This record gives sequence, C-alpha cells and structure tokens, in this order.
Amino acid sequence: MTSVAARDGKAGQMTRPAPLGRRRDLGWIGIPLVAVAGLAAYWLLPDDLALLTRIAASALFVLSLDLVLGYGGIATLGQAAMFGTGAYAAGIVAVNWNSDPFVMLAAGGLAGGLIALVTGALILHARGLTLLMLTIAVGQIVQEVANKARDWTGGSDGLSGIDPAPVLGLFRFDMFGRTSYLFALAVLVVGLVVARRIVRSPFGLACRGVKEDPLRISAIGGSPKSYLVALYGVAGVFAGVAGALTAVTSGIVGLDSAGFPWSAEALVMLVLGGTGRLYGAVIGTAAFMGIHHVLAASDPFHWMGFIGLFLIGIVLFLPGGIASGLERLGGLFRGKEDRA
Amino acid sequence: METMFGIAVDGVAYGMILFIISVGLSVTLGLMRVVNLAHGAFAMVGGYVASYAAQSAGLPYAAALVAAVALTVLATLPLERLLYRRIYGSANELAQVLLTIGLTFVIVAGINYLFGPTLKRIPLPDLLTGTVALGPKAIPTHRAFVIGAGAATLLGLWWLLERTDFGIRLRAAVDDPAMAAALGIRTERLYLATFALGTGLAALGGVLGAELLPLEPYYAIRYIVLFLAVVAVGGAGSIFGSAAAALALGIIDTAGKYLIPNFGEFFFYAALILILFRWPHGFFKGRTA
Repeated sequence: MTSVAARDGKAGQMTRPAPLGRRRDLGWIGIPLVAVAGLAAYWLLPDDLALLTRIAASALFVLSLDLVLGYGGIATLGQAAMFGTGAYAAGIVAVNWNSDPFVMLAAGGLAGGLIALVTGALILHARGLTLLMLTIAVGQIVQEVANKARDWTGGSDGLSGIDPAPVLGLFRFDMFGRTSYLFALAVLVVGLVVARRIVRSPFGLACRGVKEDPLRISAIGGSPKSYLVALYGVAGVFAGVAGALTAVTSGIVGLDSAGFPWSAEALVMLVLGGTGRLYGAVIGTAAFMGIHHVLAASDPFHWMGFIGLFLIGIVLFLPGGIASGLERLGGLFRGKEDRA
Repeated sequence: METMFGIAVDGVAYGMILFIISVGLSVTLGLMRVVNLAHGAFAMVGGYVASYAAQSAGLPYAAALVAAVALTVLATLPLERLLYRRIYGSANELAQVLLTIGLTFVIVAGINYLFGPTLKRIPLPDLLTGTVALGPKAIPTHRAFVIGAGAATLLGLWWLLERTDFGIRLRAAVDDPAMAAALGIRTERLYLATFALGTGLAALGGVLGAELLPLEPYYAIRYIVLFLAVVAVGGAGSIFGSAAAALALGIIDTAGKYLIPNFGEFFFYAALILILFRWPHGFFKGRTA
C-alpha cells in the first residue's frame, strides 16, 4: 500500500542536482512561493493579520520539528520544550533588560539551542517508546519549572508586559498587527533559507544518512548519536527563535507554550503537510490553523473530530502528507506533457 | 502515622488502577509493537458506557461493569481489523503515533457529542460505599475492592500467560512472530484476541477507577502520558514489571500530593528521566515474566 507513495516521496526528497538530465532541482521555488503567498495574504486578508502572524510563527516551529523528524528520523513529542524555553527566554530578556526584537530572537534561539543540546545528549541514545517518553518528560519538566519560577515567568498567569522596541528602530509594532505580521513572515522566510542550506550541507546529508541507516554511518566512521545531537541542537535553535517570535508578536508567553498538546499539534501539522520537505511544514501549518480558525469557532469538539479523521486518512492513504499529494499531481501533469 | 496509612491505601489503590489500564497497553505493545495512544480513550469509553448503563439504564453496578467491558471490546474489534492491522511492527512508530492520536481525537469528539462535556459519575452500590475494618484501622470499601480487583487481575494474567495454551502461543509470537507463524500458530487471530484482552482491561480499569480518574471527554488525553510512563518504566510486555511500576508510580504520585504538593510533577518526571536514562528498555525488562 505504501510502497508507491514511499518511492515517490524519496524521489521528491533527493533534491540534490542529480545527473538525471531533464529532472532539474526545483526545490528552491518553494521559498519565494511562501514569501509571495505571505505577502498576498497580507493584502487579501487584512482583518486576519493576527491569525496569519500566528501561522507564520508556528510554521517556523513546525519547521524545526521537520529538521528533527524529517531529516533525523527522531520521533519526538517534546519539541515544545525548546519552543517554550525560547519564548520565556525572549520574554524575560525583554521585560528585564532589552526589548529589541532581534535581541529577543537571539536570546530565544540561544536558550532553545542550549536546552536541546543538553537534553539531546541525555536522551538520544533511546529509541521508540522510550524516546517518546523521554521527550514528553523533558517537556513536562520545562513546563513545571516555568510554573514554579513565578518571579521570573509569572507562573500560570503567563509572562506579560513584553513590549518590543521598533524593528531596526524604524517600524513600530502597531495595533493592527501589520509590523508583527511582516516581521514574522520575514523571519520565517529567512528560517526557510537557512534550513535549506543546512539540510543540503554535508552535515545535513550525514543526518539523512543516519535516518536511513545508522549502522552504515557508523561503519564508514561517523557517529550517529553525535550527528543526531547536533541536529537536535540546531532544530532547538529554530524552535527557540519561533518561541521568541511568538513572544515578540503576541506580547505574552503562557505555560501552554511548553506543553505536551502543543508538541503533539506541531507533529500533526507537520504530517499533514509532509515530512522531510521543509515547505511541507508551512503548508501543514497553514492548512491546520486555517481550518481550525473556521471550524473551532462553532465548537472545539467538531474540530477535534475533523482533524482526527483527517489524520487517520493521511496515515492510511497519503503517507507523505499534502505536499506529496501535490507532487504526485504535478507528476501526473508532467507525464501527460511528455506524452503529448 | 495516620497520613502514612492514608498514603499507603490511596497510593496502592491508585497504583492498581494504573496497573489494570496500563497492563493492557503493555501486552499489546509487547506483542504487536504498536504504541497505542488511543488506549486511554478505550478506558474512557468503558467508563462512559458503565456510567450510562448504571445511571440511565438503571443496571446494577456489576452488570454495568460487565456491559462496559463487553461493549468496549465489541466496539473496538472492528478498529483492529480496519486500522491497527496496518500499523503493526516497530518500523512505523510515527504512523502509529499519528493514527492513534487521530483515533483519540475522534473518540473524544464522539464522547462529547453523545454525553456532553460535563463530569460523569458511576454510582457505587451500597456494598462498596462504607469502610472495612482492618485491625485498628478502617479503609474505604471501594479502595479495598479496587486493590482486590487489581491483585486478581495480576494473578489471572499470570495464569493466562504462563499456564495456558493461549499464553504459550502468545509468548512464542512475542519472541519471534515469523517463526511462530511458520510453526502453524495463527498470529492474526492471536493479535485479535490480544487486542481484545488489552481493550477489555482498559475498559475494566476505566470503570473501576472512575472515582480516582474522573470521567470527562479530555480523560483520553489527560492520562495517556501516565499510562505510557508505566509501560516505559515497566518494560513492554512484562506483567510484573507493569505492576511494580504502576504501584511505585501510584505511591510516589500520591505521596507527592500529600507531602510536597508543589513539586510532585517535577519529581515524577525527573525520576522518569533518570530511570529511562539508566534502563532504556524499562527497569524490569528481562528480570521477570
């Protein structure tokens, strides 16, 4: 059942310029497309900028999960630990010392990367259920620490009073959320470019090798675990920046930003979009949160039932996610053109 | 002293509930290698069926208990055929996580649609409401009943797996599914029976534990981490491991709530990380049955 889809998915993943003649590498188109679609949404949906901002920041978070899962094969349910740490670090820096948005992003990325490196070195020797449990436990501990350190984080009331300074000293964060959205979109696009550089670097290829066959990587002299820990740390930086971005644009950090449900939701979004493609993270997040916005307005339980059915359908019928469906459609059209 | 006694009784009763629910998960994980995040949802379905049978249909407690277990098993068997059979094996744990999360969401939405978002109770019969004298102390009858049921489940499972034909086949299939199939063991039927056993235990635990783990639609999501923790510490497929892990977690959690209410969760998860760091396959894996 999955063999065809898996083969298609692999063909899509191997985006290195291959000596295949006609099959050129078109993966770079995704990033400008995201930028154009984001700007188009800015003009077309001026009343939903708050939602669009949340989508952009969440997409960056889901992108970090794609690095871990799609390129390292690490199944995790605790990615929100890094997101939450980054968000709190940025918030604390802004409230106490410096509220420049770029300083906040740097603080978030640093904190997220550090916690990912430390916890990754501790837990990444495990596999399967044990690894899932360890990632969940790390997330719960981060949440619990944030809950207890009330003086710094505000505990269950959330950390509020974050008032970011104007971007570059020029663009103030206005009440309509225009600056917020454009700032978030810009960070997301930069994140996509950097992530693409990383996964196409020798390091990224080695990580993909670990995912496909760890035994062979160690046979040719690499250390699978250290590659995975490094990748986990890099993804932690992305998740931390995403958390900081949320702190900048929303002005508040809550306990749920480190919670288990947020990790699980990110996983759902990633799989909806498709793993191992980077732009699948953006598609999945936009689809998930867009539909959520429409359906949850009536009753949150309708939304859960819908997304549950959707997930089951994806796993059974479209294992590569929405992005692989699009690629297969594209493949059909190409096939027709070739014949014509 | 009074507090210590209270902790012991409540902790053991809580641990027994955790054991009854988690051991079903542990058995299916050990045999089919499927990380079933919908296991908590099955327990919740059992609890809701019992609540409906006792409150709206007016059945006595024992009949409601039996009906809940039987109906939950009947309702979930088609799921094994349609969904779970496709994701057996440890190769696709991501698909397992996603499919069972999706199933959990659907069940949560369905339960809310049918029964509403309010807390549901399963009224206890008079027989279970008083206290039993135990030497100079008295413990609530319900707690004593739960502890007895947990012990009976432990013994029954041990007998089923170690002393019956079914148990021999099951252990053979756990050790080497391909070889077991080649020897003429019908693994597909075995999987079906084991799945039914697992969901039946989940439903039983859901009904018995309704006093300790209150029934509401988010039950399925709220407690699944706890059940998974028991299985991860106990080691997949190990009955005595699950029992020991469940009792230890139950007592630690209860003691934490009584004595240091502010840091209970923190120590619970810190202990979990330390145990899994040292024994990645579970503390009891390879030591007991």
